[in-house]
Amino acid sequence: MSFYYSKEHEWLREEDEENVVSLGISSHAADELGDITFVELPEIGKTYDPGETLAVVESVKAASDVYAPVGGTVVEVNEELEDAPETINASAEGDGWICKLKLDAENVQEMKKLMSQADYDAYIKE
Amino acid sequence: MTENNLKRTPLYAKHLELGAKMVPFGGWDMPVQYEQGILAEHAHTRTEASLFDISHMGEFRIKGAGAAAALDAVFPRMVSTMKTGACRYNFLLTDEGTVADDLIVYRIADEEFYIVVNAATREGDAARISANLPQGVAFSDESDDTVKLDLQGPKSEDVLRTMGVDVSDLRYFGFKQGEVASIPCLISRTGYTGELGYELYAAVENGSKLWDALLENETVQPAGLGARDTLRLEMGYALYGHELDADTTPIEAGYEFMLDLGDDRDFLGKRALLAKSPVKRLTPLLLEGRRAARAGSDVLSGGVKVGQVTSGVFSPSLKRAIALAYVDGANPLEEGAELSVLAGRSEVSAVVVSLPFYKDGTARKRKS
Repeated sequence: MSFYYSKEHEWLREEDEENVVSLGISSHAADELGDITFVELPEIGKTYDPGETLAVVESVKAASDVYAPVGGTVVEVNEELEDAPETINASAEGDGWICKLKLDAENVQEMKKLMSQADYDAYIKE
Repeated sequence: MTENNLKRTPLYAKHLELGAKMVPFGGWDMPVQYEQGILAEHAHTRTEASLFDISHMGEFRIKGAGAAAALDAVFPRMVSTMKTGACRYNFLLTDEGTVADDLIVYRIADEEFYIVVNAATREGDAARISANLPQGVAFSDESDDTVKLDLQGPKSEDVLRTMGVDVSDLRYFGFKQGEVASIPCLISRTGYTGELGYELYAAVENGSKLWDALLENETVQPAGLGARDTLRLEMGYALYGHELDADTTPIEAGYEFMLDLGDDRDFLGKRALLAKSPVKRLTPLLLEGRRAARAGSDVLSGGVKVGQVTSGVFSPSLKRAIALAYVDGANPLEEGAELSVLAGRSEVSAVVVSLPFYKDGTARKRKS
């Protein structure tokens, strides 16, 4: 189950269904934000360009945009986050997934250029 | 002083040891939260007891024959009508009748007063107050020699009792000189959370020992400025720099009922204050949903901007967003009036409510 990480602290993870990935923010990003109090989920069916804001995560002290690391179409959102946004703090890279995106072949290639877990861990230490 | 010119309280190393996230506040390097996080610290304060390091605030002592009369002419609320052992919320006004600071005045003796002021405004306050005292009334700024620790929560009285400190005789906004862990303290039954609680003032050299002694009690957890803000906002308490500033009168902030405005007395800024009509009113807003509006966000009515948010947050106790805002106009809006607020990039519905937002605080409860 490979994770791919962006410089903006989003992760993508390949799902069983072909060309579908789930997306969330990293544990590191969740820790930096502190207790998350609100999540604005993306629109199902909408196609986002790479770098476009597709979600907003708010903590007690701050609000943070979540960007699409690669282009894709939203096929599912994690509705549990509406009433329990703190799930992201508890499990940012598991139960705290934000949405699932369907990617085309080109997006999949772009995804493979993102950072591996090891590269991301090194990146956040910089 | 440190590299980035932020001051540190004597408990700085303790905060780091406890895993605090530190942030700049009013020129000081302060803990915004510890490892549990803001929501847990907030909940712990409302159900148990939390300990806050508030040593960045300023403390002045004013003493001498004529002190009471002199301070009556400085502050918009009289001090000479206070009993010794009582304290009172008060303001320092500018010559324009606007708020230079909000503060607490303690009457230690007939002619001795202790004033507690905000960190960022301390120097200006010291200059303004001391310049208005007659010969024979001494002013001393004891801030650098004082630690202030706030113990707040429904179990705070029990915690002190377990430590051998009986505060059952203290009324709300009463204080006494006592000892906690053999350390001499001024103990006041006051706070900024809406819960039963005590503010403890001690000599700076005893700060670490006092902090450790209180944390030793297993009920007590440390809490930072993040929780301090969510707790005070749930009560609707003003924060200087947000609800109060040099562009705002205490009447606009909703404190007219507290001021002593009689013709028979004068105080700094009185004439200017009474010459002004309010042009805005502090308005408590309950927002729909969880998304918070932050300070500076627009308040709208029918698509037109009618005001600005001064403080806004997700309320951990109410589980929805709350805000304080200034709404333009001479008179306050009625409870139930509907407005909207810009929260992030979204327009969110809001309704005017009465304070406090959180109605189950234990601060005033009579202990049996």
